[in-house]
Amino acid sequence: MTKEECKKIVLDIIEEIAPDEDLSTLKAEVGLRDQLDLDSMDFLDIVMELRKQHGIEVPEADYPKLASLQSCADYLTPKFNEIKA
Amino acid sequence: MSAVEKKVAEERIVLTGIGLTSPIGNDLPEMRASLLAGKANISNIEMRYMGQVHAGVCDYDTRRYQTRKELRVSTRAGSIGIYCSNEAVKDSGVDWEKMDKSRVGVYFGTTEHGNVETENEIHNISQFNYDVRYWSHHHNPRTVANNPAGEVTMNLGITGPHYTIGAACAAGNAGIIQAYLMLKFGEVDFALAGGISESIHTFGIFAGFKSQGALGFHEDPNKASRPFDKARNGIVVSEGGAIYTMERLSDALARGAKIYGEVVGYRINSDATDAVLPNSERQIECMTAALDKAGLKPEDVDIVNTHATSTPQGDAQEMKAIRYLFPAERCPKTKVNNTKSYIGHAMGAAGALELAGNLPSFDDGMVHPTINVDEMDPECDSGNIVINTPYDAGAVSVILNNSFGMLGINSCLVIKKFAP
Repeated sequence: MTKEECKKIVLDIIEEIAPDEDLSTLKAEVGLRDQLDLDSMDFLDIVMELRKQHGIEVPEADYPKLASLQSCADYLTPKFNEIKA
Repeated sequence: MSAVEKKVAEERIVLTGIGLTSPIGNDLPEMRASLLAGKANISNIEMRYMGQVHAGVCDYDTRRYQTRKELRVSTRAGSIGIYCSNEAVKDSGVDWEKMDKSRVGVYFGTTEHGNVETENEIHNISQFNYDVRYWSHHHNPRTVANNPAGEVTMNLGITGPHYTIGAACAAGNAGIIQAYLMLKFGEVDFALAGGISESIHTFGIFAGFKSQGALGFHEDPNKASRPFDKARNGIVVSEGGAIYTMERLSDALARGAKIYGEVVGYRINSDATDAVLPNSERQIECMTAALDKAGLKPEDVDIVNTHATSTPQGDAQEMKAIRYLFPAERCPKTKVNNTKSYIGHAMGAAGALELAGNLPSFDDGMVHPTINVDEMDPECDSGNIVINTPYDAGAVSVILNNSFGMLGINSCLVIKKFAP
């Protein structure tokens, strides 16, 4: 799993959670909550979908690591690769 | 009487807007046209654990007042409430932008709430070995009993009071009665009131009725709900909603509002006998008290909308009460009808929806029939039921609206054509 592939997975999840948003201009380095109308319940949705769809656990202490698309990719790519191994 | 008591006693409360969704229409003109044309609309749907069941399904435009995200997070009951409330506000013609939202109240009746979400979540975690880490964080806000009313306040920016009233199948009337009282006492200046049902999305209600032997069936789903017919065999469960805007008459007149009708009498009482079987004596007491409050007699009533849900016992008990209170010889102009033959039993929405279907009678003088009566059960015959084709009454000015529910709750609403 590359970081780009990981970003795609995260974007797919965000598309389910925020179906009215235009994700085509999303900046990877900028905070998701600065670009999209996402509240804390929406973030829990991201965590839940990672768990349900990919078996990935994100402990509460690590929630800040999901702040931007880039930080998601940095944090989650190794986790995806752990599962694959 | 103090000045305040006198003011409260003098206030008249009127219905000024209607928003609804039902299996036979997503606004009042559409619903009324179906009622006068004798057109039912019941579907066969697949129900978890049960296979195919009959159900009254609504197809209102869910995207009209909600974004895709809001729909994803909201409940079906909340969505129905949002659709109906927005439609009612629009229909009322009130200047919503200028409305003081802290003076608006939301009073919804529901039979139940939370079943849909809980069943769905249990099914969800059953896919993950019942690991509660997979239990939705949305569960609690989705299942609290005030959810349908609360979602409306969020959607419409209402900061006045909101709650739901759990009154089983009497809930639709209960929402209207609560708004009546709150307006009279000056708690709010504008109310969104009525009843909501998302009940077709919970298998538990279907399974419960089936275990009771009360779930209706017919080869043709449109004939399954057949109150008063000799072959009736149970209930058709439906979803839907009817929400009214309600105001004090003085406010409605000041803004030149259209007035659908005036709430002139009401009563809620309890059988105190059986959790499931109805009690015609208490139903008589309920209707009598509502008429007394209205200062009316049975012979003044033009239309009695019956609760009758197409169960053998329930229909017969109610008609025993109707025959006693509205005998044809003493009440020559009183006609009896029923809406569940078209739309099934819309649970918490029933009373509110069924009232809506009859309100246009104040304008067109027609009484819509109950349909699917192929052979009238003599136990139900009162000599004044309008069956299968509409009746031209010439003029209609008083509607009595019955809704009865489990645990022996009875509600009766009396609505009069507005006269200054």
